Amino acid sequence: MITLVEGIKEKLSEILSRYSGEKSDLIPILQEAQDGFGYLPGEAMQEIAKFLRMPDSVVYGVATFYTQFKLAPGGKRKIRVCVGAGCHVCGGARILREVEKQLGIKPGETTDDLEHSLETVACSGSCALAPVLVVDGSVYGRMTATRVGEILEETK
Amino acid sequence: MSFKTFDETRSRAISEWEALEHSDKPRILVSNATCGQAAGALAVVEAINSELARHNIEAIVAQVGCIGLCYAGPLVNIIKPNRPRICYGNITPEIIPKLIEDYIINDNPRSDLALGTIGDGNIDGIPKLFELPMLKPQVRIVLRNCGFVDPENINHYIANGGYGSLVKALGMTPEKIIEEVKKSGLRGRGGGIGFPTGLKWELCRKSPGTVKYLICNAHEGDPGTFVDRTLLESDPHTVVEGMLIAAYAIGASEGYIYIGDEYPLAAERVRVALKQARECGLLGDDILGSGFSFNVEIRRGAGAFVSGEETALIESIERGRGVPRIRPPYPVYHGLWGKPTNVNNVETLANAPSIIEKGGDWYAGIGTEGSKGTKLFSLSGNIAYTGVAEVPFGLPLRRLVEDIGGGIANGRKLKALHPGGAMLSLIPASLVDQPIDFEGLASIGSGVGSGGMIVIDESACLVDVAYMLMSFAYSESCGKCSIGRLGTKQMLGILKDATNGKGQPEDMDLLTELSGSLALGSFCPLCGGAADPVVSLLNYFRDELEAHIKEHHCPAGVCQESV
Repeated sequence: MITLVEGIKEKLSEILSRYSGEKSDLIPILQEAQDGFGYLPGEAMQEIAKFLRMPDSVVYGVATFYTQFKLAPGGKRKIRVCVGAGCHVCGGARILREVEKQLGIKPGETTDDLEHSLETVACSGSCALAPVLVVDGSVYGRMTATRVGEILEETK
Repeated sequence: MSFKTFDETRSRAISEWEALEHSDKPRILVSNATCGQAAGALAVVEAINSELARHNIEAIVAQVGCIGLCYAGPLVNIIKPNRPRICYGNITPEIIPKLIEDYIINDNPRSDLALGTIGDGNIDGIPKLFELPMLKPQVRIVLRNCGFVDPENINHYIANGGYGSLVKALGMTPEKIIEEVKKSGLRGRGGGIGFPTGLKWELCRKSPGTVKYLICNAHEGDPGTFVDRTLLESDPHTVVEGMLIAAYAIGASEGYIYIGDEYPLAAERVRVALKQARECGLLGDDILGSGFSFNVEIRRGAGAFVSGEETALIESIERGRGVPRIRPPYPVYHGLWGKPTNVNNVETLANAPSIIEKGGDWYAGIGTEGSKGTKLFSLSGNIAYTGVAEVPFGLPLRRLVEDIGGGIANGRKLKALHPGGAMLSLIPASLVDQPIDFEGLASIGSGVGSGGMIVIDESACLVDVAYMLMSFAYSESCGKCSIGRLGTKQMLGILKDATNGKGQPEDMDLLTELSGSLALGSFCPLCGGAADPVVSLLNYFRDELEAHIKEHHCPAGVCQESV
């Protein structure tokens, strides 16, 4: 446990060294921390609060306000199914059901082997190719139930 | 850097562009925006490179942005010396070997795979691309470079007249620029009421204080809207130049571009564009020796729809939680860090270079009495040709759907249109002859919106659609005002019951009442408009709603499926 905290501190101080400590640095710092750790460890948020001279609760408030920030580590692969209006009228719900079925998890959950986590996204802006699936930021368009299986297999 | 060094930069850019245009090697251009990539463009580029290597063919392979025909992605354009450019659609890596062999080696243009030609000259059996119904009604001002230039090469932009408007603007007084923009009739394109842009700039300029800010709102969180993404990924310099012109006009030396977290490619292309503009002396201190300085910082959204509202966006930059502030005071008086701040949407700013180049009168000659110029729309849903189009105001919705969008896919009938964002009313098929215009669409209870246009066919259940839109509003409500937080929750519950066959007769009245309360009592437009889709159901699709609530029956047969 101590080594984990040390590792986080080290990485974090490298991130923080690029900032002057203005209150407006909070989101950019959280974004970099999340990129670095894959989520926001509690220790990291406390360090950030200290650095920005603000209460822990403010950092926690911001971290939980935005969907981008995660408080727990997710799976190796982040699967996001678009449930925006454009995808919805093109069968987005069916795609979500298929992914849920194949991974055996619901949105917000991670598989037991820590391979995949599943989320829904309100719109990924690729509605022209609806319905879409996003794997680690790469958009896959014109999704069908069959292709869901192929893509999940490919990304294992 | 001075105006003279810009002339030199421009000459070099033109030489580079001309050399490409008159190259004796074939050129292969692949549309490489997110939509193209989602359709498989990167694998296509790989296949092209390996095929060219296999045949030992010398060709120029490059990326361009999206021309807007996303339905046919990935698009591959082949330009052989002295031949018009041929645009091929739905290209897969498997087709590439044959296409290269047939056209590049054996000079068979494969008209069966071609969508159309661009440029002088004809090729038998292939229509002119811009004569096709999906492109002919378009007037491309903002999209003029999209699909033609490499978005990561500033020289392509400069060679096509880019940054010429900035040079022209720096020779004008800020007041004169504002006058031109006022004359143009340009109105905000971000999904609001369409506030006059020139007036906003003027209010910000006249607002007391020496420190002012310009913010380009590229949050674009509306489901179904992807016009700003397309523009930023395909021609980011048009937006950067628009920002420079606006900053000079209002007297700002610092600015931000706020890009949503769903748009990594757009953010990357903007980053490259800003870097290149800085290197060319077009951004930074003492731009082209004019004494005008402007620096831009990219801020990334973190996934909260409400942060696209201008005061919430400012709050998000300053402090973190992107919750809206009370207006007035408006940001032009009291914005970022209390300073006068002009927040404009991407598309609004992208119009500025052309207005400065050609004049406000020219721009005002396009469109209708109250809505001047063009509007970008992203077409999605149950429509044949999904993609992005730029149309003059005044064009009837029907032409957007039937000509540009190619009508409803799979032969079904149109049921409704949903202009983006999520907080606008559905437009019934019976009103599809309505011209696109701020006041016109407001008069039927809807609006121009941010440019999303989701086409819904008769197979859809609109109660189900309204439920989905309300769940978005509910989950994105920031919680600041109680009517927003609780009103959306109550309406969501009623709609859920309706789609589950548990509706109560009094729910009709409750929906009406809650819709009114949300519209009147919400703190910001997010929840203020959250009930609008339901209001359009009450007004135009009452039978369908009553069938769910009173008869526990879904006429479209959708809700039973999901229960």
